[in-house]
Amino acid sequence: MKHDYKHYLSQTAKELQPSGIRKFFDLAASMEDVISLGVGEPDFVTPWSIREATILSLEQGFTAYTANAGLLELREEISIYLATRFGVHYNPNNQIIVTIGASQGIDLAFRAILNQGDEVLIVEPAFVSYAPLVAIAGGKPVAVSTSPANGFKVTAEQIEAAITERTKAILLCSPNNPTGSMLTKDELTEIAAIIQKHDLLVVSDEIYAELSYDDDFCSVAAIEGMYERTILINGFSKGFAMTGWRLGFLAAPKEFFEVMLKIHQYTTMCAPNMLQRGAIEALRNTYPEVESMRNSYRRRRNYVVQTLNQMGLDCHTPGGAFYVFPSIRSTGLSSEQFAEQLLMQEKVAVVPGHVFGESGEGYIRCSYATSMEHLQEALKRIRRFIETKGVYADSKTEKVNAR
Amino acid sequence: MQLSSVEIEILKIIEENHKLPVESIALMAMCSEETVRKTIEKLEYEKIIMSYPTLINWSKVEGQENVIAMIDVKVTPKRGVGFDEVAERITRFPEVTSLYLMSGAYDLSITVEGKTMNQIAAFVSEKLSTIENVVSTTTHFMLKKYKHDGVSFNSGNDDKDRRMVVSP
Repeated sequence: MKHDYKHYLSQTAKELQPSGIRKFFDLAASMEDVISLGVGEPDFVTPWSIREATILSLEQGFTAYTANAGLLELREEISIYLATRFGVHYNPNNQIIVTIGASQGIDLAFRAILNQGDEVLIVEPAFVSYAPLVAIAGGKPVAVSTSPANGFKVTAEQIEAAITERTKAILLCSPNNPTGSMLTKDELTEIAAIIQKHDLLVVSDEIYAELSYDDDFCSVAAIEGMYERTILINGFSKGFAMTGWRLGFLAAPKEFFEVMLKIHQYTTMCAPNMLQRGAIEALRNTYPEVESMRNSYRRRRNYVVQTLNQMGLDCHTPGGAFYVFPSIRSTGLSSEQFAEQLLMQEKVAVVPGHVFGESGEGYIRCSYATSMEHLQEALKRIRRFIETKGVYADSKTEKVNAR
Repeated sequence: MQLSSVEIEILKIIEENHKLPVESIALMAMCSEETVRKTIEKLEYEKIIMSYPTLINWSKVEGQENVIAMIDVKVTPKRGVGFDEVAERITRFPEVTSLYLMSGAYDLSITVEGKTMNQIAAFVSEKLSTIENVVSTTTHFMLKKYKHDGVSFNSGNDDKDRRMVVSP
């Protein structure tokens, strides 16, 4: 019997676009001695006491399911963390779910709120998963492009222009992957007015909240009138250097919680028991280490931003996360050409901006979550690369130095 | 001594990696190269930056292995100068690599390095024990170094980059 697999597969699944990062990963992974600025995760290993707490929990035999929403002890710690760090108050009993990474939290949020055809505004450039997750949940992702002139921060006008009758929600990610932009309290307050005026919901991806360098991070849920309409997503991956643990959490009004918990219990049951025990240790005792990692990122950010600008690649100073998003327009190359040629000629991997949405074209994402030795060498090679493209901006160097 | 936030930032950067070039330190600390140079000069002069030691695992180099001993010393403190005078005296011996005044059962904790066990034994019996005011010594020979000044000697795994080369 001949199988026609096209008929077996769901229409929605077939229509999903493969991530543009994949192609680039395959190319970079096939080469040796590559310095990678393409990594979207910390260069630190998870603090030892967290690992040790998980090892201990295995020795003690904590291998069974936990409550669907996660260990109450962990949810209590999360509740205290959100209240003391960001001033947002959630009841551990009926407002917080421990998820498999922040990604699952975003998936749960969309599944819980979207009907067929509902539109979700996605502020671009954006993390590659948002639009596919909206589509999988039956919704329609609508891109809202931001402008480099405004440091890739979305404005109330840009949001309002994209709103239609079908708009249900907006996804905000601040500090942002890939641009590193962070919305201040004042900027969020302006956006909040539009969101309230049109009765939209917010799915707020706050996974980079711990990594903010200049201004204090402000949660969307802390803005007046937003708590009731916000599903807050956060997790341990970035701030606590726990990406491979796949451990996140979401917090929301209990009406959302109840629906998301239903989906969570049917699809996932619960997050792994022993990893949740490590997370309790993370929230209780590792804050000094989080702080020291943040300081280390901040210093590297300062170095990278100034060095890129000096060599003629325009780069705004990102307020958070561990990415810089310089313009490569001066080279006359597209993002993809730039990234590919840089990789082949100089063995430096960066991620071409267009994979994060149309407005990312003309930019590249460089992660500075790597050692200063590697950063220095990588930037030396990038400088050499753009010099061969004949765009090395001497006048610019003088201007920066004169300042 | 009160330091400015930029000065503290420079200290933290070189504490982690003193081999960074001045240009990089200046960019990281958001100040001029001149400021970095002057700050380092000043902090060296003030003995806030004491030295830039290189941590070498000699036990890996054939023929260069050292014998290290930690010695607990009881001392009769001297009127007016306490422990300082005898401690100063002991620091002058080149084989003494560290010396601390301790609370508890004994007074001074000394680390001594030598080529052989005999050399250390000779130091203890001929030099250390004969110092006036040294009441007693207890010598512990070190068998293996696992961690020194924050650096692990064996388990180098945390330094390995195990991440995928590109990720979203």
